[in-house]
Amino acid sequence: MAQVLVVTSGKGGVGKTTSTAALGAALAHDGTKVVVIDFDVGLRNLDLVMGAERRVVFDLINVINGVAKLPQALIRDKRLESLHLLPASQTRDKDALTEDGVAKVIDELREKFDWIICDSPAGIERGATLAMRYADAAIIVTNPEVSSVRDSDRIIGLLDSKTVKAERGERIDKHLLITRYSSSRVARGEMLSIDDVLEILATPLLGIIPESQEVLRASNVGSPVTLSNPLSAPARAYFDAARRLKGEQVSMSVPSENRGIFNRLFARKAA
Amino acid sequence: MSLFNFFRRGSAPIARERLQILLAHERNAGSHPDLLGVLREEIIAVIGRHVAIDPDRVQIKMDRGKSVSTLAVDIEIPNRDQPSGGAPRYSKLTFDAGRDVLGMRGSGI
Repeated sequence: MAQVLVVTSGKGGVGKTTSTAALGAALAHDGTKVVVIDFDVGLRNLDLVMGAERRVVFDLINVINGVAKLPQALIRDKRLESLHLLPASQTRDKDALTEDGVAKVIDELREKFDWIICDSPAGIERGATLAMRYADAAIIVTNPEVSSVRDSDRIIGLLDSKTVKAERGERIDKHLLITRYSSSRVARGEMLSIDDVLEILATPLLGIIPESQEVLRASNVGSPVTLSNPLSAPARAYFDAARRLKGEQVSMSVPSENRGIFNRLFARKAA
Repeated sequence: MSLFNFFRRGSAPIARERLQILLAHERNAGSHPDLLGVLREEIIAVIGRHVAIDPDRVQIKMDRGKSVSTLAVDIEIPNRDQPSGGAPRYSKLTFDAGRDVLGMRGSGI
């Protein structure tokens, strides 16, 4: 039974696309069939973060309009053959995204994939509401920072009211993914702690992704961080989160930025 | 929070408290999306039944606190004995509804 996930946040720049790519690759690692869909019509970036920007021919809007068949628009990842990308269009009007069109595409994808991950655009407009519309579960990406937490609260309200599942009276599963977390700043009292954010948002925690230069490096080279450096702290945190999504019990560790001297030397050499 | 605490403990506790207060109110706002707008119209209507007032000279302010919110209303009422040709003079009518306005005391926290 396919699972449709939306990766959402309200606020921009918190790591939705990074997390979509990293979790998609982590889930697909064992051959599980995964498709990641970019819903940011006009400002697509998932293709770039996945390193597939030069291979985009058709996109989501083309499929909805009937210009292309779904298999023609799907881009298979070069590193993981069970991982696919459905890009957003770069130029077309975002009104081309219709509720019926999205429903049809998602239904067709449900037949072919185990996980369908919808990368939501920022904001609460059409693209964002359609990205969450057919989701079975949601990952809310939050930075430990006031504006991000406030927007996450707003998005949680929308998930509980504007999704098909919510309208049917069912509960949509919600998972909180805290990104750009710095334990040293929390220790100094400069950053909201995990407990602070969990208490305010009252949503179960999926994972804690530490602030790390590996995330920027991964997007620079066009690879999900879980593929570019699977042993790095953020990649391990994403792998743990993916295992929790699959229902495994994985103890929640707060990743530390502290690295041993050996790791530091090794990282410098590798850079 | 005192300045001393601010420097000693960092700013995270302030962020946490501000968020808790804000979100408690925003979550309640669902049933009353434009509470201030509604209050403003109704208060103007009530006062307007007895004296002529200029809607632009009505100010409504709300301060949302953790356990208590306050609503302050400033209405300027034109004086009748205005000199002809001159701009109308105004008296000021102030309500300060003070504590426990609109059942917001301790809302959602």
